[in-house]
Amino acid sequence: MKELFPVKQVMGFVFSLVLTVVALLVYFTDMSFPIGMTILLVTAFIQAGLQLVVFMHAGETDDKKSIYTNVYYGLIIALVTIFGTLLILVWDM
Amino acid sequence: MDFFDRFAVPHPSFLIYASMVGIGLTMVAIVLGITYFKKWGYLWREWITTVDHKRIGIMYLLVALLMLFRGGVDAIMMRYQLSMPDNKFLESQHYNEVFTTHGVVMILFMAMPFITFFFNYLIPLQIGARDVAFPRLNALSFWLFFMGMGLFNISFIVGGSPDAGWTSYFPLANNEFSPSVGTNYYMIAIQIAGMGTLISGINFITTILKMRAPGMKLMKMPMFTWSAFIANVIVVFAFPVLTVLLAMGTMDRLFGTNFFTTGDGGMDMLWANLFWVWGHPEVYILILPAFGLYSEIISTFARRNLYGYKSMVASMVVISVFSFLVWTHHFFTMGQGAFTNSIFSITTMAIAIPTGVKIFNWLFTLWKGKIVFTTPMLYSMLFIPLFTLGGVTGVMLAMSAADYQYHNTMFLVAHFHNVIIPGVVYAMIAGLTFYWPKMFGFMLNERIGKWTAWIMSVGFVLAFIPMYITGLDGQARRMYTYSESTGFSMLNMVAFIGAGIMAISFALLVYNIYYSIRYASRDIGSDPWDARSLEWATHTPVPEYNFAITPQVASTQGFWDAKKNGHELFKGKYEKIHMPNNSGWPFILGCIFFVFGFAMVFSIWPLAIVTLIGILVCLVYRSFEKDHGRYISVEEIEETEAKLRGVKNEDR
Repeated sequence: MKELFPVKQVMGFVFSLVLTVVALLVYFTDMSFPIGMTILLVTAFIQAGLQLVVFMHAGETDDKKSIYTNVYYGLIIALVTIFGTLLILVWDM
Repeated sequence: MDFFDRFAVPHPSFLIYASMVGIGLTMVAIVLGITYFKKWGYLWREWITTVDHKRIGIMYLLVALLMLFRGGVDAIMMRYQLSMPDNKFLESQHYNEVFTTHGVVMILFMAMPFITFFFNYLIPLQIGARDVAFPRLNALSFWLFFMGMGLFNISFIVGGSPDAGWTSYFPLANNEFSPSVGTNYYMIAIQIAGMGTLISGINFITTILKMRAPGMKLMKMPMFTWSAFIANVIVVFAFPVLTVLLAMGTMDRLFGTNFFTTGDGGMDMLWANLFWVWGHPEVYILILPAFGLYSEIISTFARRNLYGYKSMVASMVVISVFSFLVWTHHFFTMGQGAFTNSIFSITTMAIAIPTGVKIFNWLFTLWKGKIVFTTPMLYSMLFIPLFTLGGVTGVMLAMSAADYQYHNTMFLVAHFHNVIIPGVVYAMIAGLTFYWPKMFGFMLNERIGKWTAWIMSVGFVLAFIPMYITGLDGQARRMYTYSESTGFSMLNMVAFIGAGIMAISFALLVYNIYYSIRYASRDIGSDPWDARSLEWATHTPVPEYNFAITPQVASTQGFWDAKKNGHELFKGKYEKIHMPNNSGWPFILGCIFFVFGFAMVFSIWPLAIVTLIGILVCLVYRSFEKDHGRYISVEEIEETEAKLRGVKNEDR
């Protein structure tokens, strides 16, 4: 019975609900813009990672290596694009 | 009649009316011709519904050649307009439309389908697969691309062409400054074609990762497949930016949002920024497969294995990352500070290093090789010096301080034509000549081919080197005329003559195809160039299942080692082969997308809603469709193989 019960998935589901509630707090409580934005960004990235690993089974096949390489590559490019754009249009304009 | 007024061309001229008549007559002639020769059924069964990667590839090739003609005509018109001061051939509006069309057509509807043709035709053959990973999606990619291309191409006779440049910068591209529907065409046609490209990108990555023949490790793939893999990874990461960008631009133009407005919290510069976040990687999407083709051709005709395989792969991986780190060099003059410009200057110069590694690898492959000067090899040899010239001027442009002098001048125009023509166009023609016998069973004439290469190069040098000079003297790009006192006229006349010579070389290419169809020998076997990789190991013409027995590979050049070093490629005996069924679904979905795009361009909302529902119905239908493909029996394989002379066993 123990190996049939998907502990990891249930825990993951609970954790993703917690993350959603934390993100919702930004809307329902009165906090400053930087703090709210930080909470949203952090919970969003953890949430995305959780979905990818626990529910989309990213690390469970032989393709583990290529999947993670792709994810890291995409992450790097997304961050470079965002921070590059901020640099060009906001910080150094 | 109000409803139909919107389809009128806002700035008509004799040339446009003549084109309308020409296009109308051609369409009628094509329809009548197909009906007269009773080819509708053949066309539907063998081509429109096909999911065979080879046939889809050939359709991409046809579109690319057609668009090369269209973009080339635009180029000649521009060069003629600029050949004399105060020329009255084109008025300014018409000139704007022509250079916009030239840019979009050449990059998105000529170069992109040309490389996609090579992806489609070669990747499955080079890795020993029977087809791509998702054959039905592959057909959908083609038809989406085709319909986007069609939509863009009718713009100049229905409603007016886009006129804001191929970069379509805001605020110029907004409703106030570009009131005609032209820029709507730009947004929506490229969106539809771009979806096709994105889908193929995913398809080819999956194909290369999952469908390689047994024994072909990643580091044993042929160099073209490696370059295609990297290019498609860039496609998958860069094209979503374009998709989002075009969607935002469409919403600004059609629904009054404020993404790129100058007031109300919008930021017009964001368009230029995001455009080049896609646009710069796009350049490498075009050039990397071209590099891959040169690698194949140079190692085949130097009769040596490629020098520095690992460094070739490493340099491409580095280029793929760096291609996302340099986009600001397209707008050094936009107003950001010296700190930002310095960062992007340095990353831009750094990208010359992996490119230089590749150039030296080709030179070292030639070193001590037994070089055979065939037409594809001649193009590759012309490519190295001409492309290096373009690369060096690229480094000049990369210096942000100096760029203030070069920005938006003919110097820039000369630079990017200098990398794209010897880099991409030469590779495409060299690759076409190289793989022509594989596709059609006869070779293109070598003598005419070499003349073509030389004439094209002479034309190229005459057309583009003068632009460097006039650019440094201050001739701005996209100016439709200039006065005699500027002193640009002589060099521009030289450039026009060069463009004319290039046109002659393309005519010669077409003549070569005609000549070779009539006179070339059909008895050339399946390996006329004495080549090295797997695509040459199967028959010519390639049977629909590609390889009767799945090849087993042990080296980077499987076929060469099978010929010279006694490796055995085809072990075992025939087994039944699982193949996908043909389907009309991709074509029908493409057609609905075309009508949807048209309705969006002209804001005909009822039609847009109906077609959008049609698209959803098609997707739902596909989700519930059960199609398990079909099997080709062993008897059928034996029959086909015997008809193709069963050369496989005799060859060993």
